[in-house]
Amino acid sequence: MVVTSLDNIEAVRVAALAELESIETLEGLERWRVSHVGRNGDLTKLLRGLGSLDPESRREMGAAGNRVKALFEERLSVKEEVLKRALLYASVDDSIDVTLPGWPIPGGRLHPTTRMVRDLCGAFVSMGFQIMEGPEVEWDRYNFEALNIPRDHPARDMWNTLWVNYADEREGRPMLLRTHTSPMQARIMEKTSPPIRVVVPGKCYRYEATDATHEWHFVQIEGLAVDRGITFSDLKGTLYEFARRTFGEERRVRFRCDYFPFVEPGVDMSVDCFACDGGGCRVCSNTGWIEILGAGMVHPRVLEGVGYDPSIYTGFAFGLGVERIAMLKHGIEDIRSFYSNDVRFLQQT
Amino acid sequence: MLVPLSWLKEYVPVDIPTAELAHRLTMAGVEVGGIKETGAEWDPGKVVVGEVVKVEPHPNADRLTLPTVDLGGEAVTVVCGAPNVAAGQKIAFAREGARLFSARSGRIEPLRAANIRGVKSAGMVCSALELGIGDDHHGILVLDEDAAPGMPLVHHLGDAVLDVDVTPNRPDCLSVLGVAHEVAALTGLRAAEPELDYPEEGDPIEDQVSVEIADPHLCPRYAASVIAGVRVEPSPRWLQEALEKVGQRPISNIVDVTNYVMLEYGQPLHAFDVEKLKGARVVVRPARQGEALAMLDGETRELSPPMLTIADAHDAVALAGVMGGSETAVSDGTANILIESANFDPVNTRRTARALRLGTEASYRFERGIRAELAPRALRRATRLMLEVAGGRASKGIVDSYPGRRAAPTARVTQRRMKQVLGVDFGSEKVESTLASLGFEPAGDSKGDGAQGWDLRMHPPYWRSDIAIEEDLIEEVARIVGYDAVPTTTLSTPIPHPQPRPREDMREELRDALAAAGMYETISYPLTSLKTLTDSEALAGAPDPLRVANPMSANMQLLRTSLRGSMLETLASNLRVSTGKGLRLFEIGRVYLPPKEESEERGLPEEREVVVGAVTGPRYDLTWLADSGDMDFFDAKGMVEAALRRLRLSAAYEPEAAQPFMQPGKAAAVSCNGKAVGLVGEVGLEVLERFDLGGRRVAMFELDLESLHRAAPDQSYGYRAIGRFPESERDVALIVDSGVASAHVQAIIDRHKLVKSSIPFDIYAGEGVPAGKKSLAFRVTYQSDRGTLTAEQIDRAQAGILRQLSSKLGAAIRM
Repeated sequence: MVVTSLDNIEAVRVAALAELESIETLEGLERWRVSHVGRNGDLTKLLRGLGSLDPESRREMGAAGNRVKALFEERLSVKEEVLKRALLYASVDDSIDVTLPGWPIPGGRLHPTTRMVRDLCGAFVSMGFQIMEGPEVEWDRYNFEALNIPRDHPARDMWNTLWVNYADEREGRPMLLRTHTSPMQARIMEKTSPPIRVVVPGKCYRYEATDATHEWHFVQIEGLAVDRGITFSDLKGTLYEFARRTFGEERRVRFRCDYFPFVEPGVDMSVDCFACDGGGCRVCSNTGWIEILGAGMVHPRVLEGVGYDPSIYTGFAFGLGVERIAMLKHGIEDIRSFYSNDVRFLQQT
Repeated sequence: MLVPLSWLKEYVPVDIPTAELAHRLTMAGVEVGGIKETGAEWDPGKVVVGEVVKVEPHPNADRLTLPTVDLGGEAVTVVCGAPNVAAGQKIAFAREGARLFSARSGRIEPLRAANIRGVKSAGMVCSALELGIGDDHHGILVLDEDAAPGMPLVHHLGDAVLDVDVTPNRPDCLSVLGVAHEVAALTGLRAAEPELDYPEEGDPIEDQVSVEIADPHLCPRYAASVIAGVRVEPSPRWLQEALEKVGQRPISNIVDVTNYVMLEYGQPLHAFDVEKLKGARVVVRPARQGEALAMLDGETRELSPPMLTIADAHDAVALAGVMGGSETAVSDGTANILIESANFDPVNTRRTARALRLGTEASYRFERGIRAELAPRALRRATRLMLEVAGGRASKGIVDSYPGRRAAPTARVTQRRMKQVLGVDFGSEKVESTLASLGFEPAGDSKGDGAQGWDLRMHPPYWRSDIAIEEDLIEEVARIVGYDAVPTTTLSTPIPHPQPRPREDMREELRDALAAAGMYETISYPLTSLKTLTDSEALAGAPDPLRVANPMSANMQLLRTSLRGSMLETLASNLRVSTGKGLRLFEIGRVYLPPKEESEERGLPEEREVVVGAVTGPRYDLTWLADSGDMDFFDAKGMVEAALRRLRLSAAYEPEAAQPFMQPGKAAAVSCNGKAVGLVGEVGLEVLERFDLGGRRVAMFELDLESLHRAAPDQSYGYRAIGRFPESERDVALIVDSGVASAHVQAIIDRHKLVKSSIPFDIYAGEGVPAGKKSLAFRVTYQSDRGTLTAEQIDRAQAGILRQLSSKLGAAIRM
């Protein structure tokens, strides 16, 4: 006769559970049941031996013994389920090779330029800017003259132009493919009055030989904010916020003086190179900085041209090249990849 | 513009590291695009200035000598093979270990101590070649007298050339002096102006030449001096070196000085041989129609008014502001010269240079509008230098004809405006001192900090032509103080009311829908050729496309009126490299239609947005799961249906046989609410041939966004409460004439009020179906919003539908 003790109960628990692990048939499981919780099972015998103990020990060991019994019964039913399921699936052989590929669902994707335009515009939309679009075939007047770039101005050399053959040309209304999105500045201001806060994405064209970093056909995003009390400080803050949203919070931003005839003061914004963190590498031509956009305070002559009083209204404008930013973000080395429409490119980017 | 640091230091004693200088200039708007350094590789401890103390013969070799060199307190004797070494010379000395160019190996390598014919040599007297600054290695490089023995050579001879990208508004920075003024402002130094005076020992200028300006607008100022008795010969070394450093080829002392002073002041100059000016006259006049001028580049050009010429008593002798003539050019035999330093109208100069395709350093500067104040200064400077390098006697006085004189320009800047534009006020003292550092001078009636705030009036310096308005001065201050000093704030002005953009929203929705349907988006060039438009049958019935006046290539002459061609070209180019996978592509882009009368912007073309999609090749990439058929009409139509469903548009498809782009019998006109919106079909076989797609099946669709937008969204797509009662499905198979469109059958089925929807799921013709007939099977879903339908109710409904089909289409039930 085995004496009922906590040690004995524990010994039965450990041994029985270990035994249960290795059982693989329902018959084996029944034998396990009989030998532990059956009428003559070892646990049953220990519980039966409680009667000979003093009340204190009886309570303590009874509780322990019954916990083990409940555990055994629970494990028993779980194991039974597992064995029955295994038996069921073993009876029919319809298992599949799960390593085979699934149905080849065709993948589609938006063009990288489209997605970049959405991302970049989205950053400005969240700052209260609204998206607008405009014509790609433009009058010289909007593309140049309204932007303080008169005919025969040397600054015109900054924008090699594709001209459109147009019957009216001799009457002095030359038509062209816009060289930048900036003509929308005058168009928007002519049609609306302040406050203005817009971004204008769109295709632009230059008479230019293409190479790895130059395309004659590209997408720009123009920005314009005009109202009473808009300052150069606001320009810096807005574009700084844009850069953080687009390139990451840890990026540093640099503003330096630059020249565009339709702004004064003029600005060039760079971010520290995200390839080398500003240390200097091939991506940033060893300068540590990457030029991102041109900007400035809207030139008073541009405001006057659309009938705004520049002594009352001020504003800033900016323009950025979408492909350039996409190239930097994706590590694309050749801008010509964008519009040669090779599916192998479109799938990746 | 190339600016050697050594030249810059002639005017401003810049002492900060070159990289820092470049950074400051760049930040201030004078971008330094690159720095080329000479002498950077000379180790300051190992390559030093030496003085040859004595030269003794080599005991064992006739052609070698043993110079002793003083390196500033330390004397070393080396073996030297150069014929020109002599006592008293300052030379460049390299110690053992110095890395130099070796003429023998053709590489840069460290100098080793050597034993040459029995004498140990611990170093070397260097040639220009070994130092990497010239080609000469027969003789040693002899330095200037002022070089101090022991001094690192890089301090004496090293230089850095800044490559400055000058923006079009800053012609003053197309000069070393102009950049020096910038450097002065950015470093707190003062720029020293060059010396301008010289002895005027010749005859009075009025006795030698007369100058006449025919059109003061085209030539506001003309200054000239005459030097008699010059010697035309090669320039001294300092002048040649200065020009070589900025990439100019030295020609002769006279020409070199005109180039040097142009680079120094940014004022183009020209020297004439006075003897060849007929009548000793200079007439600045527009060219006569057809007047020919033989020019310095060897070309003779035909001129026309209002191109401006410099003429003598008879003929044009130079093209003003662009290039001189060969007839009156300075040659070896020239003894008396006239130096011209004039100011020409920017627009006329630019037009002339462009008309003749003759851009020169001179025209580049004039067309940017340089100040007339430069002319007499540059003239005196050039005259002084000519006397120095070519001798002769300068005329008494100069010609300075200035009919275009204007009052000294004044610009104003106020505290109020500075705050309004920048959002910060730097204070009148800071503003004034910053402007002063740039050479601005107070214009008298400035006001200090009064009730209205400070108010400064300044004269821009004589070299600046880009300062006119208050914002110009604000930028001047901000760029020199630094944009970093301007605070960073967020916009606090009201956000404008958003305007709805339903058309663009729809376009983006469509874009997403097509990508979600498995298509890749492409973007193609909008310029195309007549051939592509013709080949894609895009011209028939369409207006003539607009033409580019200066096309870059023959296949980019026209503004496209259709996206078909570029899509087919994209397919073809992909198939040339693809491995037989299916292609699903779409593009949303603009076509450019000649202006219509009612267009919003009269005269500009109508830019219409069009969607085009194409599918070709196997429906599935190779898979073990199924045999893949090739995509066809119904794949393209499926894309259209998916896209229109997303836009909540329901469409009707009618056979379309009238157009030549698609195959007859495999094309459908798409309409929404009775309005045509586009086309879907399989591309015609001849069209495919033309695009190198012969033998393939290509299905395409074309939708007009504007038409889609106008087709009002179908209300049936609006939200309706989901039916509470169960649906029941019944299949019905019909026999109809083979010409009956399934859509007609379906329309009759769907008309019944208990029918929720129906789908054709089987089409069959052949055995068991009479000839000329086909079997159509539909699955019909019945549902009522009043209660659960009983079998009898459904039977009744179905019987009613069948009666309709029978009477309208002659349909019979197929058993």
